Amino acid sequence: MEHVTDKGINIRIKELQSDIGFIKDLEISVGNISREKWAEPQGPTPFPTITSLREWDKRLLARYQPFYLPFCDLCCLCTYGKCDLTGTKKGACGIQMPAQQSRIVLLAACIGAATHISHARELVTHTIKEKGREFPLNPGGLAIEVEAPVIRLVCGLKPEKLGDLEPVLEYLESQITVLLSAAHTGQEGNHIDFESKVLHAGMMDQVGMEVADLAQISAFDYPKADPDAHLVDLGMGTVDTTKPVILVIGHNVPPAISIVDYLTRTRLSEKVEVTGICCTSIDITRYTAKAKIVGPMSWQLRYIRSGIPDVIVVDEQCIRTDVLDESELIHAPFIATSEKNCLGLPDRTHDSIDAIVQDLVSGKTRGVLLLNPDMVGEVAVRVAREIAPVRKKQGRLLTPELIIEQAKECTQCKLCRRACPNDIHIPDCMKAAGKGNLSMLAGIYDDCVSCARCEEACPQDIPIHTMIISSASKATKDETFRMRAGRGAIQDVEIRKVGGPLVLGEIPGVVAFVGCANYPKGGKEVAEMAVEFARRRYIVCTSGCAAMSVGMYKDEEGKTPYERFPGSFDAGGIVNVGSCGSNAHIAGAAIKIASVFAKRNLRGNYEEIADYVYNRVGAVGVAWGAMSQKAAAIASGFWRLGIPVVVGPHGTKYRRMLLGRADHDEDWYVHDRRTGEQVYVGPVPEHLFFAAETKEEAMVMVAKLCMRPNDTSKGRAIKLTHYIDLHKRQFGTIPDDIPLYVRTLTDVPITMKEEIVKILNSWGWKENTIPDPTLLSRQVRKKER
Amino acid sequence: MPVTEPWQTAEIAGPKKASVISKPEVADAMIKRAKHPVLIIGHLAAEIDLDDKKMIDYLLELAQSGNIPIIATGHTNRDLLKRGYKKAGIMPAVAIGHRLTDPTWKGLDGKEPYDLAIFAGLPYYMEWTILSGLKHFAPHIKTMTLDNVYQPHASWSFGNISVKEWLENLRAIIGHVED
Repeated sequence: MEHVTDKGINIRIKELQSDIGFIKDLEISVGNISREKWAEPQGPTPFPTITSLREWDKRLLARYQPFYLPFCDLCCLCTYGKCDLTGTKKGACGIQMPAQQSRIVLLAACIGAATHISHARELVTHTIKEKGREFPLNPGGLAIEVEAPVIRLVCGLKPEKLGDLEPVLEYLESQITVLLSAAHTGQEGNHIDFESKVLHAGMMDQVGMEVADLAQISAFDYPKADPDAHLVDLGMGTVDTTKPVILVIGHNVPPAISIVDYLTRTRLSEKVEVTGICCTSIDITRYTAKAKIVGPMSWQLRYIRSGIPDVIVVDEQCIRTDVLDESELIHAPFIATSEKNCLGLPDRTHDSIDAIVQDLVSGKTRGVLLLNPDMVGEVAVRVAREIAPVRKKQGRLLTPELIIEQAKECTQCKLCRRACPNDIHIPDCMKAAGKGNLSMLAGIYDDCVSCARCEEACPQDIPIHTMIISSASKATKDETFRMRAGRGAIQDVEIRKVGGPLVLGEIPGVVAFVGCANYPKGGKEVAEMAVEFARRRYIVCTSGCAAMSVGMYKDEEGKTPYERFPGSFDAGGIVNVGSCGSNAHIAGAAIKIASVFAKRNLRGNYEEIADYVYNRVGAVGVAWGAMSQKAAAIASGFWRLGIPVVVGPHGTKYRRMLLGRADHDEDWYVHDRRTGEQVYVGPVPEHLFFAAETKEEAMVMVAKLCMRPNDTSKGRAIKLTHYIDLHKRQFGTIPDDIPLYVRTLTDVPITMKEEIVKILNSWGWKENTIPDPTLLSRQVRKKER
Repeated sequence: MPVTEPWQTAEIAGPKKASVISKPEVADAMIKRAKHPVLIIGHLAAEIDLDDKKMIDYLLELAQSGNIPIIATGHTNRDLLKRGYKKAGIMPAVAIGHRLTDPTWKGLDGKEPYDLAIFAGLPYYMEWTILSGLKHFAPHIKTMTLDNVYQPHASWSFGNISVKEWLENLRAIIGHVED
């Protein structure tokens, strides 16, 4: 079969005799051509435009109203401004605050999506150069038939080779351009339409992430949907500091792979340590178990100032922009490898490797830009080996005596605390340190997000952050953990096994801990939540910095969650899918439940599948330390798919929540597919985007948000049991909204029956039916009377 | 340090900023004038030491003496129960913020719309963003914070005051409300 997508024109002439001559095998192509043999019928929205799914978005946004939390009362995006948009005031262009806030959310989502899509473009270009366009995509061998659920769903394509990803990327790039243009002054002016565009950006982001991870899993031979993917070392304490040490930071793995490959080729793998921070470290450990993960993105200053790394190599995303200065202060040569992050360094891509190595080792240049990843391996390894004996791990950590001396300079002005995102009581710690007690300073290490704003604020130039990490140097040496390498996709067979129990509610939910490390009280809270839900036999997924935080925690037996729980996508598993781009596999798993388990058509059929996921798959994302625009885009992708996202308290700075009104009964009706009747199903899930104040509140909310209209009574009883139990433990009482979630008496957990029935009676509760739920009237088999 | 600066240095608000509660009588008058006030208590209230008690003890005293309903956010209810207070409504901070923007919402007790929301004990930045939402989208309601730091988006806020001054103010407000 050969056909033309709706993106362009294709004229193909086998033979043509005309006045001008004989033409054979003429092919003219404009736009994207799909030649795959895929029998599944095309759905209604392949390659959707920015308005194709607007009606679906409006359905969601009618239930989950935006609650805007303006981070700035002004608009300063054009020269009319600054305009005061306080309350109902209009700006010079006519815009009002709701539209302005959703416009900023759109900008954030576009930045995030563009970042993933641009990364995907780099990986596809790189892997095609290495392996060719015909190289097969293989995320899971025979265990996976639906190899690209998100691409199939959104684009209506079934990619089989690396080259098949190119038209997908072209589509994504065009959409992000259009979305971004909507934020221009005098374009979109309605906040709900802005929000619809946010959801579109999120969907583009999800496709972009899938493209990137498909390319790298296939080309770099990462673990392929393997529940037993190898365990890797995690933590500063795992680094062998007697060896030359290379640090890689960022998200784009080819330069790091070049380092590992060079070490292998030259038989130096045992002589040099390759360590990483952020997602590059996750991806390099998917490539080789010999590499080590230092920690989440917030470990950058801690690790660099320790002086352990001899060479620092950065690629792209989430890298501190002062990392070059930090490397200079520990005399570690620096290599930038991304054209998106040149840092003012000279481009030495076309110089000889010998000359580059010499200049870096001699200190003639503090850093270089190398835009050919293949060069990076040799340069980094040779420089590390030559400079390590000279540097002698020279760092910036202070002795206890120096810490005390510095602390005595503190005037207790409190500007450090006022600059701290977590309002940590730094002045009290400084006072104690000045008196020789360093335990308080060491004690705030876990809660510190390592932003170093305290140092910037200090009028005395006291190196506060260095003092914190120096005081905690013993704790950093004890950071020795094990984490399961990112496994990538979920197998079809796993989906078949859990699809029924999940959709019926008997597995109470899928909880995905994802995102950055801007935690309100340290990363341990993420690990504690993950363990709690795994223990309760939810399916727990992890990715990115959150996956590391889950691993940086040991139980009484000294085991990390990855050693304690299996890596299978099953009740009680903790499944590390990989880097933050691997989040596409979590969305993919939800989509595959509709496809592999429920046999719904995926192809270009977004609305129906999202409706299925929203009403049936009890999945919730938790981005406890969400910081970045990428996290905003990732969350937006999940929202459009009908999956709620919970963030930590810093998440209110994303400027709006999407919250349901449980007290508005009229918001919570669905169509019963069997009868066409409108049926009240209760506020399930109650919110789509929610910032929790504390870990305790988050856990209760996650349990509640896992409920779905389709739950069977048995499933609902299980979900209610967890919700009520967590509520009692964390808040001390039985929840007062239970009647909203009980449809029939068989929904009531048997062990709590007496107590709950009493509450139901006091509410005047009435039994309701359990529908075959959908928000889409076209899904109704029997028309409404 | 000028008292009208936000506590977190970079959290600069816009043109409309909170009036400073310069003396306890100001807060007292606001509370007495309100027909249906609500006290929203975050989890930090149970962590912050004030003299030999916790901040939550003073807030509880205020609620009880002024007959002000409490909404506990985060896991604060646990700490209220420890103190024998069982009447608190439980609602997440962002959800109560959202509800308050609805002028027709009759509150957790179903009586009538709240006309004064008093916040205390939330993480500074979270209270800041929620108060911003209310400043812009809940013109029908006054907001006040009883933390000892300046919240520019509230209608009324203390400045960045010392613990001693804070305690004196809280005691005075409780005393006045009782009168």
